[in-house]
Amino acid sequence: MTKPAIAANGLRKSYGDKTVLDGIDLTVPEGTVFSLLGPNGAGKTTTVQILSTLISAGGGQAQVAGHDLATDPQAVRAAIGVTGQFSAVDGLITGEENMLLMADLHHLSKQEGRRVTAELLERFDLVEAAKKPASTYSGGMKRRLDIAMTLVGGPRIIFLDEPTTGLDPRSRHNMWGIIRELVSGGVTVFLTTQYLEEADELADRIAVLNDGKIAAEGTAAELKRLVPGGHVRLRFTDPADYQAAALALNPATRDDDALALQVPSGGSQRELRSILDWLDSAGIEASELTVHTPDLDDVFFALTGGAGVPTQPKEAVR
Amino acid sequence: MSSLSLAVRDSNTMLRRNLLHARRYPSLTLNLLLTPIMLLLLFVYIFGDTMSAGIGGGGRSAYIAYIIPGLLLMTVGSTVIGTAVSVSMDMSEGIIARFRTMAIHRPSVLVGHVAGSVLQSILSVVLVGAVGVAIGFRSTDATALEWLAAFGLLALFTLALTWIAVGMGLVSPNAEAASNNAMPLILLPLLSSAFVPVDSMPGWFQPIAEYQPFTPAIETLRGLLLGTEIGHNGWLAVVWCLALSVLGYFWSTSTFNRDGK
Repeated sequence: MTKPAIAANGLRKSYGDKTVLDGIDLTVPEGTVFSLLGPNGAGKTTTVQILSTLISAGGGQAQVAGHDLATDPQAVRAAIGVTGQFSAVDGLITGEENMLLMADLHHLSKQEGRRVTAELLERFDLVEAAKKPASTYSGGMKRRLDIAMTLVGGPRIIFLDEPTTGLDPRSRHNMWGIIRELVSGGVTVFLTTQYLEEADELADRIAVLNDGKIAAEGTAAELKRLVPGGHVRLRFTDPADYQAAALALNPATRDDDALALQVPSGGSQRELRSILDWLDSAGIEASELTVHTPDLDDVFFALTGGAGVPTQPKEAVR
Repeated sequence: MSSLSLAVRDSNTMLRRNLLHARRYPSLTLNLLLTPIMLLLLFVYIFGDTMSAGIGGGGRSAYIAYIIPGLLLMTVGSTVIGTAVSVSMDMSEGIIARFRTMAIHRPSVLVGHVAGSVLQSILSVVLVGAVGVAIGFRSTDATALEWLAAFGLLALFTLALTWIAVGMGLVSPNAEAASNNAMPLILLPLLSSAFVPVDSMPGWFQPIAEYQPFTPAIETLRGLLLGTEIGHNGWLAVVWCLALSVLGYFWSTSTFNRDGK
């Protein structure tokens, strides 16, 4: 078994009385995308800041790229690239100068620095803007320049802290493409996001962070199975069939207008078969049968909701 | 790469970054240059006749000779306010967080600021000096060695004030605060022998004026350029400069190495 790219054990951080991280355990295998999902203030950025050596942990320990954060931060820094939540470009100089600055700080030769700069500017569609001050860039362009700068040293592990927050839908999809491309090149990506869709799209594994603790961890599919909310919806054309089924299948939620029943179900093969078997034996024919598995929204609100949040409209989390 | 050559290389990169900033946005430096030039013209052409009586006569040209050394050092004090402001502004930028997560020589971020600022200050001093010469300042008696020593003193003094200003910039939450915190650096020359001799000040105040960092440096510069008595001011000036440089360096680097937010 190869060493994990990131391994954290009991990470803690507090500012004064306020506990931001309350014992976080994480393992991220090499070459995978790990997403830390959570509402604002959950501690996502703090986690990234600790793992990227920006701030020290108040407790616990972690290895990144096999090096201990506390004892050998410089070796960690040599292996990672970080794109923070707030644009980490130098706005006073041009995009190209930003890239060359990174090349110099990675101690590339002049020639190599120019080559890498030209290549990345091209790849991130920044050639036209290369000679303009970075402060004049749009949000999406700044984010692209930011990631391009992160890639100059060829890092094996990349931290992306809310890389698509504040981007328009097109820029967001571009960013997803960029992240997929990175992973196909064997890079490990540690991604934080408050968008469930994004974690679902990109991540191999997802940890839901809430109030400084990991509320759940697993693949998107595993997480979806954690919460109730899945059901089988049966629709009938014959009102008599509908009535018979409604009396027999219990507990079921009735929708008299549509002649439809919602039967709670995890959607497993056995559960479906028992419903179908019952329908067959009773000689009832449903005109339509659909299985609804819970989506990450259900998981997210179930895990992070506390009181009163679950009915939040979808727009609020997009 | 050895850690020393790494330090030199990264510092050099950061210096280039700061010079690029200064070249693109020279307005801050130029604005700060206005203060000493205006004071020079004000004291020479408006107050000149009265002031020259206070230093024992000789008219306006004698007073020009008297205040130029002080004004050159005041120019340094004025320029490093810009250093404090630009350091404080720079620290609020995301790029600093990026630097902190890179395997670079950390103090190079600050060394770049210091080196860039020292170069700018020296340029400002040369400009103010040129204005002084244009209105009649002459230093014909000074030998080449004295000129060299004068230049060395100015550079050392600049280094000291710059490291202090960098520390002030680092502990300031924003540009306004940095500008306020660094204000004493341009006010101190007013309480020195820059404009009037210390022995013309109230008795209780004289010790303060005499031993604050500006006065020994001004008196030494005056001695080197105009041949007045230097006395103990020479080594006092050097000790002040070295002490402030070391203090500023350790203050700045320890502040910078603290956890970023």
